[in-house]
Amino acid sequence: MSALLLEGIELRAGSFRVEKVDLAVEPGEYFMLMGHTGAGKSLLMKAVCGLQPPEAGRVAIAGRDVTGLEPRERGLGYVPQNSGLFPNLDVRANIGFALDLLGVGNAEAAGRTEALAEELGIATLLDRSVGNLSGGEQQKVALARALSRRPKLLLLDEPVSALDELAREEICELLGRVHREHGLTTLHICHSRGEAATLGSRVGMMNGGRLIATGPWSELEHRLGGMLVREERS
Amino acid sequence: MTATGPRRRRISKFKALCLGMLAAFAMLIAMLVLADLSYLSSKGLSPGEVLGLLGQRRVIFALRMSVATSLTTLILILFTAVPMGYALSRYRFPGRVLANTIVDVPIILPPVVTGISLLALFSFGLGQPIKDALAALEISLISGVGIVMCQYLVAVPYCIRSAKTAFEGVPAGLEQVARVLGCSDWNVFWRVSVPLARNGLVAGGVMAWARAIGVFGPLMVFVGTGPRVLVMPTTLWLELSIGNIETAIAIALIMLSLAGAALALVHWLAPEGTAI
Repeated sequence: MSALLLEGIELRAGSFRVEKVDLAVEPGEYFMLMGHTGAGKSLLMKAVCGLQPPEAGRVAIAGRDVTGLEPRERGLGYVPQNSGLFPNLDVRANIGFALDLLGVGNAEAAGRTEALAEELGIATLLDRSVGNLSGGEQQKVALARALSRRPKLLLLDEPVSALDELAREEICELLGRVHREHGLTTLHICHSRGEAATLGSRVGMMNGGRLIATGPWSELEHRLGGMLVREERS
Repeated sequence: MTATGPRRRRISKFKALCLGMLAAFAMLIAMLVLADLSYLSSKGLSPGEVLGLLGQRRVIFALRMSVATSLTTLILILFTAVPMGYALSRYRFPGRVLANTIVDVPIILPPVVTGISLLALFSFGLGQPIKDALAALEISLISGVGIVMCQYLVAVPYCIRSAKTAFEGVPAGLEQVARVLGCSDWNVFWRVSVPLARNGLVAGGVMAWARAIGVFGPLMVFVGTGPRVLVMPTTLWLELSIGNIETAIAIALIMLSLAGAALALVHWLAPEGTAI
């Protein structure tokens, strides 16, 4: 049973179309989704989240058909491009945002928030306003918030693309560790060959709204070398 | 060695023209307020005597009626204008452009037209069942109910517009993240959108309240100037029409003070550049 199964997914956003995407991501895989800007990667991720209803096709998570379900019913962890932190809440409230919605009691929510903050190295930031954090710190808070729901499937939409190189390396290392230690299946959109090579157990390449290839990084690099170079420059 | 003092920056003619116009308009408004004060002063009225004018029973009744009806109107406006502003800012639906236009109609309508239209609605039209239902409860439209209807119609567009602008300032991406994190539409609205749009919503409410308390034209047509339906603007007009100019100006000063306080609050709450 695949952790994530996309069957014949078709999407439309204005005049842009994503056409018949079939993809199976197996439990425990770290799947990197690459492609030029405007290739349809984020739109496809929104379909997985339930934020973009498909025109055709089926989305299944852990064997359950979620195509018609609301985003909140899919049990996902999600880190969007710009971290998506709530600027009116401090770090603690951002991490614990989802917990009372899940019916987690106050004491357990506080404990879970502090444990995640400790694990991700942001325990000293808990009472800070998110507006005063660096880009890397913001991404760690967004990751902690996504993990607070204890998802099995983690979706990362270019989580490090806006960071400097040092912060990028640190967050990538953290993502790999979290993926392993939390037993996650991860779908990660990226532009960097370095990220794909380091983190991805498998890579998918999108172009013009189509998923044109999937496979291990070493194989894909060989098959699509030229395109991957252009991708990194885009 | 040459002495160099601080250089004076030259102000361009264009900048001087723009600033000059702004200063002239601000002075005009200040002069209007000062004219009211100097009129009372020229009549030899001390501040205590002015307060005495405001202490007359009919003025106090009008003040109470104005505050009670405008606060009721404000509550109705907040309950209805905030969701309407949210709908206009977030949803794409057939007729959106038309709806966006229609909500502004009361702003550009001559106030008397609003009053006449209300009168027509409840005399001949679709409002008749509502009028009958209210009559069955022994509630007349020539009462606080009619005043609230007039105030609501005139003031609600200001709050809708302000709410729309405030919600447009909330990144849609934050609402999407909240949905994935477990929020229903209702949770997203209360936990993300309203807190982030709070200043604009409060400013819109204050603006609408200030507009509601100053409504005059529709009231003259729809509820009239009977003793049970007098509010500050209609009392001011009545006092003026029977020659009690001092009392009328004293009421005008109260209304100016309320409007000034409301506008100060709006500008304090609304961020620079927010269209309100």
